[in-house]
Amino acid sequence: MTSLREIVAQGCADGRRVETHRPWPRVVVTAEGWSAVTGELAAGRATMLGLWGESGVPGVVHMAAITEDDNEIAVLSLECPLQTFPSVGALHPAAIRLERAIHSLYGLKPVGAADTRPWLDLGFWDVESPLGPRLPAANPRPAYDFLPVEGENLHRIPVGPVHAGIIEPGHFRFTCAGETVARLEQRLGYVHKGIDSLMAGATIDRAAKLAARTSGDSTVAYGIAFARAVEAALEIEVPARAHYLRALMAELERLANHFGDIGAICNDASFAIMHAHCGILREQVLRAADACFGHRLMMDRVVPGGVAVDLRADAPAILRSALKIFRQRFPRLVELYDNTASLQDRTVSTGVVRADYAKQFGAPGYVGRASGRAFDSRKAIAYAPYDALDFTVPVLTAGDVNARVWIRVHEVEQSFALIEQILAGLPDGPIATPIDSANNGGEGLGFAEGFRGDVLAAVRLENGRVAHCHLRDPSWFQWPLLETAIEGNIVADFPLCNKSFNCSYSGHDL
Amino acid sequence: MRQTLLESLIHGPLTEAPPTADDAALAELAKSLERNARRRLGRSLSIREVDAGSCNGCELEIHALNNAFYDLERFGLHFVASPRHADVLLVTGPVTKNMREALERTYRATPDPKWVVALGDCALDGGIFAGSYAVAGGVSDVVPVDLHIRGCPPSPTAILKGLIALLET
Repeated sequence: MTSLREIVAQGCADGRRVETHRPWPRVVVTAEGWSAVTGELAAGRATMLGLWGESGVPGVVHMAAITEDDNEIAVLSLECPLQTFPSVGALHPAAIRLERAIHSLYGLKPVGAADTRPWLDLGFWDVESPLGPRLPAANPRPAYDFLPVEGENLHRIPVGPVHAGIIEPGHFRFTCAGETVARLEQRLGYVHKGIDSLMAGATIDRAAKLAARTSGDSTVAYGIAFARAVEAALEIEVPARAHYLRALMAELERLANHFGDIGAICNDASFAIMHAHCGILREQVLRAADACFGHRLMMDRVVPGGVAVDLRADAPAILRSALKIFRQRFPRLVELYDNTASLQDRTVSTGVVRADYAKQFGAPGYVGRASGRAFDSRKAIAYAPYDALDFTVPVLTAGDVNARVWIRVHEVEQSFALIEQILAGLPDGPIATPIDSANNGGEGLGFAEGFRGDVLAAVRLENGRVAHCHLRDPSWFQWPLLETAIEGNIVADFPLCNKSFNCSYSGHDL
Repeated sequence: MRQTLLESLIHGPLTEAPPTADDAALAELAKSLERNARRRLGRSLSIREVDAGSCNGCELEIHALNNAFYDLERFGLHFVASPRHADVLLVTGPVTKNMREALERTYRATPDPKWVVALGDCALDGGIFAGSYAVAGGVSDVVPVDLHIRGCPPSPTAILKGLIALLET
């Protein structure tokens, strides 16, 4: 048995460490090394942070992983001269969809994979493997086989891609016994925009804009993750003030989304008053963000090197008065949630995510934290300025809709305190370090904790441009768990479960 | 709950004065709307939102229209769950190739007379995602569009201005 640490150390000793990759090591591994890492994931001694492909001759698959015991991160790369790599998903289910996506996009085939169906490719593109060999698509395309469900008196409910509400498109295939869901199978990819391909060759400015539009609700988090990756690649020091302003935006984004989610979850249990009041709080966050940074969602305010705009002079006063209102009103809404038995009746014990699944999938954000997984990249990676701020990461174990609501409630409270600390400790000085476009290149890995969980950005720069960039949304490790959470629940509770996850379609579909 | 409800009685409503119709939007609409269709629908429009590939930023601001500050329904505008109940399709995003057929089918399922509003910079021409192998283009490359509302994403006020223009033409 070889640990992740030993594999990395061995790779470094053999001279297979990629020296331009920062801040964590990237080593090129052999197929044996790749399989050994898969074993570590399957044994639960390491958690997968990402798995992605890269075109080239030969094509390459990359995996980012973190050790369970001391949060050591590494990227492992396997060259695929035969267009194949040993399947990770065969032993570690969290990798299955990522591998299927690599196969569909890059044409690199996971050998030994149980599920060889396409992913993201829904049969509408002109070519197969658009980022790899670009083979002309078969015409007509073979039909997509949903997983078989056997038994008496089962019926199927197909839902989507166009849903009834104002939400993103995706397809859900329910198989039910009466009201009870026997199996949910998701089919996603409807909003696939080809972001990997648009990134290749883009200037850093344009790539930052693309990253900021990967999942609009997490635009700040994506901005930070991408910027951190670029800054690591180019070895740029970001001014302290920029770190603080980024964190301020990130916490405002977290507040806005958590307020919105708490209200929307209650709304799906027909408790509209929570929705109305949480909607007001969310709007007040967005207006404060607009007043302070000039954009309600703070899009394009984080840029590689720092931030694009400084706080307006009256911004601290605006934020403090908004916080005062939130601190007054939010506890009352929490009390209302806590004291309404009919609401609790819907959320308690509904849509349970098992703790072992949460660990296995490295479930990010509130999905993991409601099921006993304490990971929060603000703590585990402790990137600036969170290393200097005082906050706790709430963890619960019930794993139900109620627990996911309470994690959000506690995170809202933590964000209040964080914003106060940021305003009190905001350093003076410049807000950005200019990026030297003559700087040739390098590789970087960056993380940011969005409201939904950790966003990963992996970037390779050449001649001042992006040669390759992969963005991994936290939803990749949450969507599959939603399938497990709904099992045995009634169909009518699906909206509630789904909203308590609030996964991103766009971030996942790329 | 009591305190929250009592406060609602004491304080005035949060709902803000309606914005005026967007002039540019009015001009664009004047070309596409017929008066008789307008008479048949009156000041009431049912809107079916379709995300044809957006990053979900536009959806967030469309959602905001329903909050107490903007209160969309006071204008007779409301969102419906099915295209069969809709007068207006409000389409966001570059249209991805994976969503093109779904958008076309949604359009065909919407009864006449109907309007299509393309919302956001991506919906205009594909925006920052134009040129990708996975993107079919702007909304007008797939279904006829009556009105564009620009922005990335457009603010709720900007969306309201566009939709009010739709009612006032």
